[in-house]
Amino acid sequence: MRRVTFDGHWLPYLLLFPQLLILVWFFFWPAGQALYQAFTLSSPFGGYAEWVGFENFVDMVTQPEYHKAIRVTVVFSLATTALSLGLGLLFALFADRVLRATDFYRTLLIWPYAVAPAIAGALWSFTLDPHSGVVAFALKQLFNWGWNPELSSFDAMVLVVFAAAWKQVAYNFVFFLAGLQSIPRAVIESAAMDGAGPLRRVRDIILPLLSPTTFFLVVLNIVYAFFDTFGIIHVTTGGGPGDATTILVYKVFQDGFIGLDLSASAAQSIILMIVVMGLTIFQFRFLERRVHYAD
Amino acid sequence: MTERTPILDILTHVFLILGILVTGFPIYVALVAATLTPEQVNGLPMPLFFGDQFLVNIQEAWSRADLGLQLFNSAVQAIGITVGKVAISIISAFAIVYFDFRFKMTAFWIIFMSLMLPIEVRIVPTYEVAANALTPFLWLGELLRLDDLASWITGEKVRFDIKVSLLNSYAGLIFPLIASATATFLFRQFFMTIPNEMTEAAKIDGAGPMRFLLDILLPLSRTNIAALCVILFIYGWNQYLWPLLVTTDPSYSTVVIGIAKLMPQPEAVPEWNLAMTAALIAMAPPVLVVVFLQRLFVRGLVESEK
Repeated sequence: MRRVTFDGHWLPYLLLFPQLLILVWFFFWPAGQALYQAFTLSSPFGGYAEWVGFENFVDMVTQPEYHKAIRVTVVFSLATTALSLGLGLLFALFADRVLRATDFYRTLLIWPYAVAPAIAGALWSFTLDPHSGVVAFALKQLFNWGWNPELSSFDAMVLVVFAAAWKQVAYNFVFFLAGLQSIPRAVIESAAMDGAGPLRRVRDIILPLLSPTTFFLVVLNIVYAFFDTFGIIHVTTGGGPGDATTILVYKVFQDGFIGLDLSASAAQSIILMIVVMGLTIFQFRFLERRVHYAD
Repeated sequence: MTERTPILDILTHVFLILGILVTGFPIYVALVAATLTPEQVNGLPMPLFFGDQFLVNIQEAWSRADLGLQLFNSAVQAIGITVGKVAISIISAFAIVYFDFRFKMTAFWIIFMSLMLPIEVRIVPTYEVAANALTPFLWLGELLRLDDLASWITGEKVRFDIKVSLLNSYAGLIFPLIASATATFLFRQFFMTIPNEMTEAAKIDGAGPMRFLLDILLPLSRTNIAALCVILFIYGWNQYLWPLLVTTDPSYSTVVIGIAKLMPQPEAVPEWNLAMTAALIAMAPPVLVVVFLQRLFVRGLVESEK
């Protein structure tokens, strides 16, 4: 159906101007700069940058540190996504059962979404602090386990995954609960009449009907783990010990601002942009299909 | 539910309460730490019951980290980003839905493409633009040889080398973050559901486009705007990477950055009691917004991801 429109020769341009100005100024210009820096090598003493083609990319993808960062990112994102999706789904399944108290439980489960990643990092740093934290003390007393994320790579990874997943459970919970509440009661009730118990109904009816929500959340959780967890890493481990928790985004920051290696940082930025593009396109194609599913 | 399952019902409540306790555990520990003396917090083990130092810690953290000023800065940033994003995206969506013009699709695609450029993947160059906001214009000037032109006109050697820095300013904290593809698409979707008859009626009654926007579209979008504001306020308040880069002067630091600075440093006696007190104060505003505006929050969350 055609929309009824207004006449106005310059008005639409004027209305779009603020958004486009900021996009060109702070998004596309810097992205162009990143592209330029990724294909050139600038001398640290100023002067002209030298065109080097794909050299920066080749240097980057052959670096063992970069391979390590990729592995760390994959482990971190998968663990965070699995933990927060699993718990979010479990909480939603249970909260959906208690019809009268759903709002009560929802209030008490969604607030971590509002906590800044950096503050979530601070809270978990303290909770899991190896020196005076209660958890470290209990682990030592009960299992004689010397928990120490400052020294152990594994413990550090557990710490950042906990902090990241803790924040994200609330988000997944909200979407799963909305998904559950949109499943028609009649479907569930007829399954129950046919003799399917609660577990059977979850496995054979609820989970398949939730799968569009689940796929959509998997993509969003991976995007979150890749890009929105900088604050958590920066406050808790600073990428350490060594580079055990240096995810790709953190490495861009480290190489650019601490190592001052603009070309290396820019090459990584470009690689990450391609990753975001892939994820965004995947998400939109999938959303197209979700519309059909609902029909 | 569908059948009587008393055991499962009890299990459900037990499990949910367990979930709430585990979720709340870091907050409980932080609350306890905020009421203890430094010696108690660093004791092995740390007490698990409240002490009586809460007010002392608040006072100490408040003056040490200059929390009053930082909370104010955070509020300015969060409200600036919220108002800026909503205003900019409403007028963009209005232009895209209610006008026919030549570069409509181009504008739409430029906005869409920005989804693929989160700040995290263009950190260094964006910082450079903030350090000198005129960089793109200087580059354009160089490309067009404006300095040679000026030299030729004035007869003297002229070089354009002006610098406008957005570092350590509210403008720097807010402007680079207020473009929003998500919000623009949200309003576009909503405007598309408003029947054509309404626009026609307004036109017949002699309303121009701006009149229609202000008197008809805005009142109709009230709930959408409110839900979006809740999400954007949280987004703005919780910013970390960008304020970390653009505020080197503590008087422009936001409260989230301030907390990171209170965290224990290596080689120093940790002051977790102060760090946790400040962390609790810093997270209070967005958490209260979510708890008290829960329906708007859930609506905003679900809508803005469509």
